[in-house]
Amino acid sequence: MGALYDRLKQDIRFEEGLKACINCGTCTAICTAAEFYDYDPRLVTDTVQSKDDAKIEALLKSETIWYCGECMSCKTRCPRGNTPGLIIMALRSLSQEMGYFVESEKGRQQLALKRMVGETILDLGYCVHASHMDTSLFPEQGPMWDWVSQSRKEVYNRLGANYDGEGSGAMRKIPRESLNELSAIFDQTGATERFEKIEKLSEEKAKEMGLGFDEGKSCEYFNYVYTGKHPEES
Amino acid sequence: MKLEGKKRIWSEYQKEIADDHYYYARSCIRQNFFPASETIFLRIMQQELGKDIKDDARHTTCTGIAYHSDLVPFDTTMTVVARLFSLMTEAGYENYAPSCITSFGLYSEILETWEHHPEIEARVREHLWKSTRREFKKPKNLAHASDIVYKFRHRIAEKGKYRLVNHKTGEPLKVVEHIGCHYSRMFPHKGVGGAEYPYVLVGMIEAWGGEVVDYPERRHCCGFGFRQYLVKSNRGYSISSSRKKFESMEPFKPDMIITNCPGCPYFLDRWQYAISEMEGKTYGENGNGIPVLTYEETAGLVMGYDPWDLGFQMHQVSVEPLLDKIGVPYDPYAKYLGVNGKFIGTPEHPEVLKVY
Repeated sequence: MGALYDRLKQDIRFEEGLKACINCGTCTAICTAAEFYDYDPRLVTDTVQSKDDAKIEALLKSETIWYCGECMSCKTRCPRGNTPGLIIMALRSLSQEMGYFVESEKGRQQLALKRMVGETILDLGYCVHASHMDTSLFPEQGPMWDWVSQSRKEVYNRLGANYDGEGSGAMRKIPRESLNELSAIFDQTGATERFEKIEKLSEEKAKEMGLGFDEGKSCEYFNYVYTGKHPEES
Repeated sequence: MKLEGKKRIWSEYQKEIADDHYYYARSCIRQNFFPASETIFLRIMQQELGKDIKDDARHTTCTGIAYHSDLVPFDTTMTVVARLFSLMTEAGYENYAPSCITSFGLYSEILETWEHHPEIEARVREHLWKSTRREFKKPKNLAHASDIVYKFRHRIAEKGKYRLVNHKTGEPLKVVEHIGCHYSRMFPHKGVGGAEYPYVLVGMIEAWGGEVVDYPERRHCCGFGFRQYLVKSNRGYSISSSRKKFESMEPFKPDMIITNCPGCPYFLDRWQYAISEMEGKTYGENGNGIPVLTYEETAGLVMGYDPWDLGFQMHQVSVEPLLDKIGVPYDPYAKYLGVNGKFIGTPEHPEVLKVY
């Protein structure tokens, strides 16, 4: 048994997700990601079940582990009670802890997610926020969203929300004390440490790739991982 | 089969839904994209049904989207959820009612984890105490807001002004229901009807006079996939999944889609617009899309609330063709007005998809 397998075993999601795979492929048949990507959750499960550290390390550095959409259809269908989706979550966590995530194109996207979702949580108390979602980043929102964005407070409050206001209601300003508590929880439970690691390793990777790197959502590296377009292409 | 045996089998697909006194946890996605849905839910609960439901300013995201984007460790998410339970406890409530399906799935996962691994619950309690000096009780009842609407669906129908029926032909409207993956796929016993026979939306549609469309890709994911949508270069995954559903439902000519999860109506609405721009294809009649509604909007429609109070102006696919079929009157000039009727401009029209 290898060290990486032992690390995976420490994650309760791995413990719950891997009982004994019989390689029937039912998970792959039901998998949303397998319809779109060259992705086979049966193979992922088989690889981790082999307990072969070299193979697990290759998996942690691969694109493969980032294809899953975590819809968890595999949980419902596996005849042996495995959940490849939970195994994926344990693999993705370990890939970040080991610093392997920057070795794959899909893994490097964690920086974009950290800056778009992670920072929004700590700054505003929401996972996503309308003020961070314009149609240049999300063009499928359509012209209706441009109209909303031009008069955000009017549109939301017309619908009974309390946009950026004190007190309760949809889209309210989350009180500072609540944000402080969130921040303290992030410090206590390892999220802050993970965010710092994502930033540090992404900066090193950007240097190695010769791409500009700074805070925010406009540097070359962010744009590259978010859009998939290399600056030389744009 | 004997009736007793049948009852026993079906009892496994039922769940207990508290009757009153709920702590409401708002959804990040629903607040951002369908804010009126939460307003309508509270209006129906408080004003129509006379229920006690707490709307707390201090609650935050549960971190669900970050958790399923694998950004935050499980301990972080469990501790944030523990804080939310602490707010519920502090407010004197025992019945937790989330608006979000991702959250609902996550609460189910966490409560199940704690039940089987009390040492993890103890660790989370310690995390919460060290970081916030808070303690908590676990909810006695966990019911998604749609479970609660389902519980009171017949009372809503009795009080309602409209039914999901074509007012000209008297025929029931053909309704696609989309349940949302995290409602019961992970923990079937936590959802009405389980993972095999999810009944929460079907029950509403039947009670309100509609006819459910059973089409091949009925249970397919809308394609959110968390990182598969949030990162722009991955969105092919998301639009392909929604497109697969549209192509599969199109031959059945649905009049509307009703959704459970806050994310699904966003994708099923926005991707219809994107497909119309990319391929020139629309899935409704005469260049219209198929209107996509939340269950709260549908309940509000049945109740006879003003369509613009329901937030249809924040949909990219216009809902007017559905309103015309049901016979709901509306003022087209009031659609895009702001607070107190203030004129705030109107959106541009897309090139292909008909928008009113």
